[in-house]
Amino acid sequence: MAMTDVTLRPADRVATPQKISISLLLNGAAAQLEVAPWTTLLDALRDQLKLTGTKKGCDHGQCGACTVLVDGRRVNSCLTLAVMKDGAEVTTIEGLAKNGQLHPLQQAFIDHDAFQCGYCTPGQICSAAGLMAEGKARTDDEIRELMSGNICRCGAYPNILAAIKQAMNGDRS
Amino acid sequence: MINFEYARARDVSDAVRQVAANPTAKFIAGGTNIVDLMKANVERPSLLIDVTRLPLTRVNGAGGALRVGALVPNSDLAYHPEVQQRYPLVASAVLAGASQQLRNMASTGGNLVQRTRCAYFYDVATPCNKRAPGTGCSAINGLNRMHAILGTSDACIATHPSDMAVALLALDAKVHVTGPSGDRVIPIAEFHRLPGDTPQQDTNLQHGELITAIELPPEEFSKNYSYLKVRDRLSYAFALVSVAAALDLDGDRIHVARLAVGGVAHKPWRDTAVEDSLRGQRADRAVFTRAADLLLRDAKGFGHNTFKIGLAHRAIVRTLTQAANATPQSQSNKKIQ
Repeated sequence: MAMTDVTLRPADRVATPQKISISLLLNGAAAQLEVAPWTTLLDALRDQLKLTGTKKGCDHGQCGACTVLVDGRRVNSCLTLAVMKDGAEVTTIEGLAKNGQLHPLQQAFIDHDAFQCGYCTPGQICSAAGLMAEGKARTDDEIRELMSGNICRCGAYPNILAAIKQAMNGDRS
Repeated sequence: MINFEYARARDVSDAVRQVAANPTAKFIAGGTNIVDLMKANVERPSLLIDVTRLPLTRVNGAGGALRVGALVPNSDLAYHPEVQQRYPLVASAVLAGASQQLRNMASTGGNLVQRTRCAYFYDVATPCNKRAPGTGCSAINGLNRMHAILGTSDACIATHPSDMAVALLALDAKVHVTGPSGDRVIPIAEFHRLPGDTPQQDTNLQHGELITAIELPPEEFSKNYSYLKVRDRLSYAFALVSVAAALDLDGDRIHVARLAVGGVAHKPWRDTAVEDSLRGQRADRAVFTRAADLLLRDAKGFGHNTFKIGLAHRAIVRTLTQAANATPQSQSNKKIQ
C-alpha cells in the first residue's frame, strides 16, 4: 500500500509549551493549575491533580470511562481541553461521597455488584449521576439508551441498570 | 496531539478576524470531533480560537421560525420544549446520534461541520483524498461497508455522519454565518457538498466563516414525521442508513412530502424530484415503494456496502409509513413498528 507523505508541516513543529493558568472548583474545593492548550481535562485530572479515579479507556469519546460532571453535566473529559474549562465546576468520582457517606449510586453499584473488573465504574457512576440530574429517563429502555455512552466490556449491564434504578427510586433492594 | 496556540474570542467579529488572519487557525466549540481528529493527527491547527464564551446560546422564535444559537448543545436542542413540540423530527434525529455525554458537549453549529468517520480518513498511514488531496481513495477498493452509495466520485466515497443535519435538510433549515466580509444565510441544501474532485471541502463555508445560528422555518411537520436510523448496534453508532420523513396529509392524500436520507452520501441526501412525485398521491406502500425506487435510481455499491441499496429502500418505505401513520420511530424503544 502506498504511504502518504508524512513530512512534518510547520504546524507540527513543537512549539514552546505555553502554559496557561486556570482555576476550577474541583469536587467542592478551589484548584489552580497550569495547563498547556493541548492538555485534556482527563490528563489534567489524572496527571496533574492526581485524581486517578477518572479512567482513560479509549481516549476518543467512544467508551465513557472518562465521564465527569462539568457544571453539573456529564461530559467526556478525554475530548475536553482543560484550558476551555477555566472557572468551571468539575465533579469526579472522588467528589461524589459526602461526609463519609457513599453517594446513593456508589452504594447501589455495591449492592447490585454492578461491575466485574471495575475499570468503567467511575465513568458509569458519574454518567448515571448526570442522567439522574437530567431527569429524562423513566423506563428501562430510556435508562439503557441514555447510558449507551458508557461501555462495560465485562457486560455488567443488567446489574448497572438495576443499580441505577435503585438510586433513582431512592431505595435499597 | 500536536502543539498549538489557544485564544478565547472576545466577540463574533474577533473570532472571525483571528481565524481569517491565519490559514491554519480553526474555531473550537464542543471539541468532540476536532479534538479527536487532532489526537489522530488528521486536524493539525496552529491556533484554536475558543468560541464557547460567545453569546450564541439562545433559542428564540422570530416570525414563525425558530432560531437556534450555534452554541446550543445538542442535548439542549433535543430537549428544548419548542423543538420537542414544533420540530419533533429534529429532536428525534439529534437523540439518535452520539451519546448523552457527547450531546452535552457538541454544539449545534459544530454538528454541521463534523467530518466523516471514514476509517481511512482517520488513518494517516493510508491514502485519502479528503485528508491529503491527490493521494487517492483507499475506500473505493477497500473496506467500504460504511460508505456512500449516492453522489460518489472517483476521488471519495465518504459519508456525512450527522443525524441532525438529515432532519434539518428535510425541514429546509437555514444556516446563518458571519465571515470576514459580513453575514450571509446558506440554505441547508447548499451547505454540504458532494465530493467531486475536491473532497477535502466538506461544506461551502469559507475559511474564517463562523456559524452563528440555525433557523428552522415555520413549517413544522409536527404530526406526520419519523426519523429512522439503522445501525450495527442499537445505540451510539453511526448510521448505515437513516431516513427523515415529514408529510403534510390531506386525508389519505399527500399534500407535501419531505424526505432526506443519511449515511448514503457525502452530504445528507435529498431529491426534490422524489418529493414532487409524491404530491397528490395516496400515502400507501405502493406509492412509497415507487418513491424509494426513484430516490435510489442511480445508487451504486462498492462491494461491502452494496447491501445499503436494499436497506435504504426498505428504510425509506418504512419511515414514510411511520410518518403517514403518525407513529414516529422511538429513539429509546428501538423496535421498528
